[in-house]
This record gives sequence, C-alpha cells and structure tokens, in this order.
Amino acid sequence: MSAASPETGYNFAYLDEGTKRMIRRAILKAIAIPGYQVPFASREMPMPYGWGTGGVQVTAAILGRADVLKVIDQGSDDTTNAVSIRAFFARTADVAVTTRTREATVIQTRHRIPEAPLHEGQVLVYQVPIPEPLRFLEPRETETRQLHALAEYGLMHVKLYEDIARHGHIATTYAYPVEVAGRYVMDPSPTPKFDNPKMDDSPALQLFGAGREKRIYAVPPYTRVRSLDFEDHPFRVQRFDRPCALCGAEGVYLDEVLLDDAGERMFVCSDTDHCEERRAEGHVGEEAAHA
Amino acid sequence: MYVAVKGGEAAIANAHRLLARTRRGDVDVPELAVAQIREQMALLVDRVMTEGSLHDPDLAALALKQSRGDLIEAVFLVRAYRTTLPRFGASEPVETGAMTLHRRISATYKDLPGGQVLGPTFDYTHRLIDFALAAEGEAPVAAESEPLPDAAHAPRVTDLLGNDGLIEPSAPDDGTPPGDLTREPLDFPADRALRLQALARGDEGFVLALGYSTQRGYGRTHPFVGEIRVGSVAVEFVPEELGFPVPLGEVALTECQMVNQFHGSAEVPPQFTRGYGLAFGQSERKAMAMALVDRALRAEELGEPVGAPAQDQEFVLAHCDALQATGFVEHLKLPHYVDFQAELELVRRLRAEHAARRAAPETEMKEAAE
Repeated sequence: MSAASPETGYNFAYLDEGTKRMIRRAILKAIAIPGYQVPFASREMPMPYGWGTGGVQVTAAILGRADVLKVIDQGSDDTTNAVSIRAFFARTADVAVTTRTREATVIQTRHRIPEAPLHEGQVLVYQVPIPEPLRFLEPRETETRQLHALAEYGLMHVKLYEDIARHGHIATTYAYPVEVAGRYVMDPSPTPKFDNPKMDDSPALQLFGAGREKRIYAVPPYTRVRSLDFEDHPFRVQRFDRPCALCGAEGVYLDEVLLDDAGERMFVCSDTDHCEERRAEGHVGEEAAHA
Repeated sequence: MYVAVKGGEAAIANAHRLLARTRRGDVDVPELAVAQIREQMALLVDRVMTEGSLHDPDLAALALKQSRGDLIEAVFLVRAYRTTLPRFGASEPVETGAMTLHRRISATYKDLPGGQVLGPTFDYTHRLIDFALAAEGEAPVAAESEPLPDAAHAPRVTDLLGNDGLIEPSAPDDGTPPGDLTREPLDFPADRALRLQALARGDEGFVLALGYSTQRGYGRTHPFVGEIRVGSVAVEFVPEELGFPVPLGEVALTECQMVNQFHGSAEVPPQFTRGYGLAFGQSERKAMAMALVDRALRAEELGEPVGAPAQDQEFVLAHCDALQATGFVEHLKLPHYVDFQAELELVRRLRAEHAARRAAPETEMKEAAE
C-alpha cells in the first residue's frame, strides 16, 4: 500500500511515462489515418468507465507543464464531471486551468464544441462513449472493422434513408455520422449535430478517446469533415427560434431551462464561457435586462 | 431569475465529506478494523481480489471498508491502484497439482487417490439463521481433522483421466507468453488464455448466469465437476540476475476442472474435453461458472454449432467486466441535456408534422363533399 498522497505519489498527469508513450503512438497513428479507430491499451483510471476515461488518458498523454487546460461538459465548465476532471489534472499535473476557450491550449470536452472559433495550436479532446458509428447497425466488432476496411458504408446510408422514408427527416440529432478526409465514416461523439460544421477544416487538432472501448481516433487540423446526407435531403443543423435569454446571442446552441411547473422556461447559451464573455462585453438578453 | 449554474466544486467537496461521515455510520458502534474484514469477510475479500486481479488481502479489505461494502466499488479501488503498479516480471506458472490442499472434491469418482476432502464448506449446511452469532461469543473450535493429503498423493483428476487418453491433453506450452488484456487492447478472436483472463476478472454474477444458461440448453456442454481443489500454491519468480526460480510466497487459489462430454469429430476420437476455472482464495462458485463458460466458448474450436450467448466470445468478453458495465450504466447519471435538447427539438417537429398530417385529410374530405 502506498502511503504517499495522490498529489505526490503519482507521475505527472497520473499516467506513467510508458503508458503515455503507448497512447502517444496511438495518437500519432490516428492523426496519420484521419477518422480511423486505433485500438490502444486503455488503462484503468481512478474514475469510472463511461465518465471520460478515454478523454482523460488522451489529455494526460499530451499535457505538458506549459499547457493551459479547459474542461467542459455539456458546454459548461461548471457541470460536476467537468469540475471533477479539471480538479484531477490540477491535482496530478498542476497545470494552469482556465474556463476561457481562447486561452486554453488543451480543451477536453463532453458533448459540445465551444462556440468561439478554435485556433491553430489548440487541441480539442473529445470523450467518446461508443466510438463505432456502425455499432447500432452491426454489434460485432469483427464485422464493423471489416466494413471500415472495405469502406462499405451502405448500412449507414440505408439507415439515414429509412429515417427519411419514415419521418420525413433524418432522425439523428446527435452523434451524427461524418465522413473524414473522404475516407472513414466517424462518430463525432454525442455532440449535437449543430456542432458538426465546426469540425470541418478546423485549425485545431481534434482527438477522440474512448476508454472503455479502447479506441483513439483523430481529425488533424484543416481536414475535410462532411456530415453524411443526400442531395435532396442536405444536412441541416438545429435552429433555435430565439436568442440566448442572458446574452442575446443568436446562432448558438441553447439549453432549455424549466423555471416553474407551469411550463415557464427560458433558453440560454449551452457554452457558459461564450455567454459570460458576451455579457462582459455588454451584450444583454431579454431576461438579463430586468434582472 | 435564472443564473447559470455555478458551484459544482463546492457541492462535490461537500458530497464527499458527507460520504465519509455516512461511511462511518453510528459512531457509538465500534469502527471496523481492516483485519476484521480480512479475517471475517474472507470470501468477500477473495472476490475483490479475484475481480480486482490483485492478490493483496489487506488492500482488498481496506477497499471494502472504504467502499462501504459495495463490492464493485471495492474492485474498482483495487484495479485503479493495480494499474499504477510497476511490472517487474511474470512469475513461473503455478503448479496447482502441488497445492497444499484445504479442500478437494470430485463429482466424477466416488473415491480417488488423496480422497475427498470437504474442508470448510457451506455445502450440506442447513441455511438456518444462527441467532447465536448475534451474541458475540467465543471462537468456535475446529473439528479434529484427518491429516490432509499430501499433494504428491492427490493427483489431479484430469491427470488420472489423461493417463488413459480419455480426456483431451492440455495444450502443450509452446513458450508464447500469454496476452494481457490490461496491457493490450482486446482483439477478436481472442485466444483461450485471454478469454480465461477476462473470465477470471469478470463479474461473478454475470459469469454465473452465463454458465447457468449453458445448463439450461443455451449452448449445452454436458459438464461434470472432475475436481475442485482449494488450497495454497507457491509462487516462484526467476530474477534475471539469478537465472533460477526463487519463492515469492504463497497464494490461496480455487481451481475447477470441468470434464465435458464430447462425441468426437472426423479428426478427433470421442473423448472428454476440459473447461477450466481459477480464482483467488475460496471462490468455488466463480471457478465453476468460469469453467462452464470457458468450455462453452470453445464450441467453435471443437466444431460444435455456435449460437448461444455463452458461446459468443464477442458478447461474453465485451460484457463480463463489472467495472466497464457499471461505469457505462451509471454514466447515464451524468448530464445529457445537450443531447436531450436536440431530441426535444426533433420530437416537437415530428409531432407538429404528425398533427398537420392528421388535420389534412379532413380538409380534403370536406372539400370533396362541398
């Protein structure tokens, strides 16, 4: 039993250097083959599988002492799991942490891409629950790997087509499949499809870590990321028919917040940093006006 | 007036303080010592060690104390600790044939060299609550025991069968080091060593249910308990600088050799086949269930029809780990409101379109009537 406290008893950013090297190799391979899922020897982390262990391992493997880390969950820096992961790295790596998208060099995220455009040199690390975009069409890993190898994506197109035939729309609202660099079909993680266009041609490096499923994949900077669609049913993102009630932002993703049990609700920015920044700049939404 | 949620950090810290306080329970009741858990909850400790893949009774007992007795949480603590430990090598294979036996039974032979040794077992106890245990009393006195069989005189049942060629031989050791799914990503098809590793770490309840399903016809294997042996074996290690094995200590193990009927195929004569189970401490249920599932997973190799869940290695290996399962099930507690918002928008739109479609035919009919 180790008597050392977690702060002193572990290596920088928790993982031992051998493990980091193994993860970095997987990351390099992933960058070399955009959208391809690279198996890696995912470790057992001190937080549960399904709670971001893949993203945490990727972040731990790339983090340097000079990095500035931001962690968001559902677009917010203050959701409990984001707080917990940020605290983990503040404790084990003692790196600077921030909530400002612009200032961060590494941003770990669950379910959102920040509204502020990312810039060169930034790395966006996604937490991924099920990395296989074909998993719910074909449960066997041996089969899906073969389908990717053959670029046989007919199943996915049939699924999307059947949505249109049944509902008149493609009924996938998040984890909407994309094609990366004209080759691999990739799961963007359960981000709303609203965020898909931000992945395309992004100056930032995008890394995806799935701990339980032991896969890492990547979208290098300035890579074409196309959401799957049909000529007569082009890809469309969600639109909100009102601006953020706090900062008045339009064209951003909003959370619906219930205010009482009489159906009273308001819509506010899901990206809390974006919202705060706008309010600091003097933008005012209709609810904030009479607060 | 709504303000964006803040203060998660303080809430988490407070929740953890509350947890620590709740864990201790009523302070008028004496605190549990780790040694008490290790000695008196020994089977639970064994299970934590088995599923935690780490032989350390004190650490397992401490994990149980910290986890308030939540078994999977204790396994989690042990595993997360194990993953940080440096690996300085692998031991020599342990020789279960040379086990110091505490218990040894065979269901295939009435008597056999070394005899049947019941040892400490719940078997044949009447499950009546012993209210006398509620009053703390003196330690019970063990029964007088016959001298336990010397390992040399209690050969493995499968070795006895093997002498007559009635059972398939164990695959010879070709020197390939077995894989380690805690160090390499699992790749399908997984070989038997990897499958056994996954089953040994697997959740006892899940493996038990799968083993049970084979008995009810979902991948029947016609099993007999050739032998269950419980005892301790020496662990030896060859340090590079010495070049010969030195003993590191002893570990307690339960080994189950399941003997299964097999009608033979074009190449192989009819003979019995093996299912194998191994667990730390006294974990007979786990070892038996593991042996059943091990044999079921060999269906393809033995040319048997494959179709039942217990025969499907992708299904079994991808879902037998309690930590992976609990993590992903419990992650549903995390906020999902961004995705839920996306679904809300879609359902509202589909409902509006549905309502419009229902309204439309009526208008058409009205027009036709007019």
